[in-house]
Amino acid sequence: MTATDRKPEVVENGAASSRATRLLGDRRLPVLVTAALFLAMYGGGLRRYANYGFGEPQVFLNLFIDNGYLLVAAIGATFVIMSGGIDLSVGSMIGFTTMFTAWLVERQGLPLVLVVPLALGVGAFGGFLMGYVIHNFEIQPFIVTLAGLFLFRGLCLVISKESISIGDASVGTLAQTRVPLGVGELSIGALVALAVLGAAYYVLHYTRFGRRVYAVGGNEQSALLMGLPMGGTKIAVYTVSGFCSALAGLLFMLYIQSGDPLHAIGMELDAIAAVVIGGTLLTGGSGYVLGTLFGVLVLGLIKSLITFEGTLSSWWTKIATGVLLCAFILIQRTMTARRKT
Amino acid sequence: MAEPRPVLEMTGVVKEFPGVRALAGVDFRLFPGEIHALIGENGAGKSTLIKVLTGVYPLDGGTVALDGEPAEFTSPLQAQQAGISTVYQEVNLCPNLSVAENIFIGREPTRAGRIQWKRMRKEAAELVDRLGLDIDVAAPLSSYPLAVQQLVAIVRSVGTGDRDAPGSGTKVLVLDEPTSSLDRDEVLELFRLMRQLSRDGVAILFVSHFLDQIYEICDRMTVLRNGALVGEHLVRDLDQVGLIELMIGKALDQLEELHEHQLHSGVGELLVKAEGLGRTGKIAPFDLDIKKGEVLGLAGLLGSGRTELARLLFGADQPDSGTVTIGGKQVSMSAPNDAIGAGVAFCSENRKTEGLVPDLTVRENIILALQAARGWTRPLPVAQRDELVAKYIKALDIRPANPEARVGQLSGGNQQKVLLARWLITQPQLLILDEPTRGIDIGAKTEIQKLVVSLSEDGMSVLYIAAELEEVLRLSHTIGVLRDRKLVARLANGPEITAGTILETIASGAHQ
Ligand SMILES: Nc1ncnc2c1ncn2[C@@H]1O[C@H](COP(=O)(O)OP(=O)(O)OP(=O)(O)O)[C@@H](O)[C@H]1O
Ligand SMILES: [Mg+2]
Repeated sequence: MTATDRKPEVVENGAASSRATRLLGDRRLPVLVTAALFLAMYGGGLRRYANYGFGEPQVFLNLFIDNGYLLVAAIGATFVIMSGGIDLSVGSMIGFTTMFTAWLVERQGLPLVLVVPLALGVGAFGGFLMGYVIHNFEIQPFIVTLAGLFLFRGLCLVISKESISIGDASVGTLAQTRVPLGVGELSIGALVALAVLGAAYYVLHYTRFGRRVYAVGGNEQSALLMGLPMGGTKIAVYTVSGFCSALAGLLFMLYIQSGDPLHAIGMELDAIAAVVIGGTLLTGGSGYVLGTLFGVLVLGLIKSLITFEGTLSSWWTKIATGVLLCAFILIQRTMTARRKT
Repeated sequence: MAEPRPVLEMTGVVKEFPGVRALAGVDFRLFPGEIHALIGENGAGKSTLIKVLTGVYPLDGGTVALDGEPAEFTSPLQAQQAGISTVYQEVNLCPNLSVAENIFIGREPTRAGRIQWKRMRKEAAELVDRLGLDIDVAAPLSSYPLAVQQLVAIVRSVGTGDRDAPGSGTKVLVLDEPTSSLDRDEVLELFRLMRQLSRDGVAILFVSHFLDQIYEICDRMTVLRNGALVGEHLVRDLDQVGLIELMIGKALDQLEELHEHQLHSGVGELLVKAEGLGRTGKIAPFDLDIKKGEVLGLAGLLGSGRTELARLLFGADQPDSGTVTIGGKQVSMSAPNDAIGAGVAFCSENRKTEGLVPDLTVRENIILALQAARGWTRPLPVAQRDELVAKYIKALDIRPANPEARVGQLSGGNQQKVLLARWLITQPQLLILDEPTRGIDIGAKTEIQKLVVSLSEDGMSVLYIAAELEEVLRLSHTIGVLRDRKLVARLANGPEITAGTILETIASGAHQ
């Protein structure tokens, strides 16, 4: 008897264990759960507010228009969380970018074509610096990005203590532009966010860098011993997150058309919530950027459902988010426990 | 015959850890196309030598030359790029990725920067095939048992270099205890592969505690003791007795003594009775009796359900049929706690992920289970605790014999001993040992087997799982034979039972 004719049975037996356990062990399950939740909520909304125009396709498209910046920020956070880290500087970076660009455009009179790459560069560089410190000095990402959070919020106030509203014509047209899609229309911001989503999906699944992000999140020590350039990967992940935050900041600025030192306070938490609700494990190594899309859509849908309800205070958004987060972390917990056996 | 130039030469290598001189001026050389064994007791410094060579730890002294050129690597990546591929002692792969990715990550086939998944899976399947393994390469690594993971790690290491001709970029292949959790068949396949690579001129560094394997496959060996070089010999110039003496530094006469011990003790009344116990997809329903003081050995090939059976008896997996009675009382077995409460202890084969806490000390790791059984509100008295810990450190010869050492810093074999001590100290009624001697040197192995015999004489029942049939035969009163996730036979051990009989039973899947 050779090894070859023995092995298949082993594997098949292992894999054939009841379909339910297999499904529970599937890494895609959390994404499916979130997608199903989104559909259920959307269906609920359709029934309840059918007479108030909830069924209009534009209501759905508005989810992207109103949450494009959050989606971009959450995509950056997905990279970081997937690698087993965390980035708390997202909100501050968004706030800083709005201030920085508003200041450059309004006070310095620089054209947008120059300001945009500059802002993105600053964001990416900020992320790079944090990644560098995290890797080279072996400091907890939590601490380093917390420092980043304070730093960038402080820098906002250095630029100006007052909010700067943007009257620049090119920003105005860019913000107003709507791209028709047959059934409705999308803003430039929403389109950019979708493009980022596509790019992130490609990078995570079809490039070596993307797979290294999963590997580092799965087991850092092993990744090192397997000869993967660990340091580079970690630094790159924070650079991506910094870049995404800055881009989110630009989209936010387009959406709000002002810079304000208090913009986007706490948005890093929304981003992390979206990532977790989208099924990415906080311990790293498992998750999908598509899940993050659904996470953001669910959060956005909660907001618009509450708006449609009319009488509810907007704080209910936070309460619903909290409940969902708990539920999803519990789901992940049972799933990982199941996978070990 | 003029000796060719060594492909790898290490001279005067020194490595110090706080308080430990792990390597004290070791010379080591490796010639192209040879299979070279690195031998030594647990903690002798074998893994450290490998890690220093491949850039995991920096050198504290000495030089390394590859192909005559000085080489000092600062990361495993550099070593890999220079043609040294390594399988480290503990399986070091990413359990969250698929088998195919684990084999290829870092050098996935790409076109214009885009990973070609189809091609990668196909090539991975071919590589896996070469080792006689037939597994689904798209499945996540974590869905396979430790032995398969070890094989995947080996496949990865041979697959480095040029993808079109596996192994071709590799000059040196380092295998640190690759066979510790493999069965005969896998070992044979591995050896076949090693021979093939060595014919192609790859130099192979092989670490194993199985001396028979070393004599079967190796050309030359280097012996280490306590971090120092003892000698380099051609395998054909030194017999096993001489080798063991070199390893432990003294003559050895009590290794065979164990044989006389066997089966002296009788067994008592019924302790554990399992009826129709099973779990779909893991193990078919089985009946099993274990008497007091009985050693029940489980024999069967890799994946035959040995570990699965043990996990059911411990409640680590929930059975979906059957009942377990321990000492006359039915136990629900819905969680390990139920089993522990009924006096069952389970020493898992997977010390890295299921057993030890690397950042705690030896003492803390040893008393973990005992303390848990007592409940956290009733701490063990300090004096009693220290005495117990000292006793087991001595009994199992854990080195360094320092209860305050962090377990993560111990050598692989010594970690295994700590795990064993943890469960022995709880004085269970039924002790389940899953591959307890994995990675343990032959001196300590004998000690552990003696310990099992004496525990059973004192009335403890033991369920003993080992890939080595000789080990099972030597210790067991009764041998349960598994095949294809089914308990197919129970044999009362006796002079007429041999490894051959068991293999036959496995092959024929015989009658109960
Ligand atoms: N990271 C570390 N920190 C401190 N001490 C260490 C570390 N790694 C190894 N050691 C010590 O170095 C010595 C040699 O360990 P090593 O792992 O090389 O042994 P080994 O020969 O591979 O043994 P085994 O057969 O058990 O695997 C041991 O005393 C061990 O405790
Ligand atoms: Mg070792």
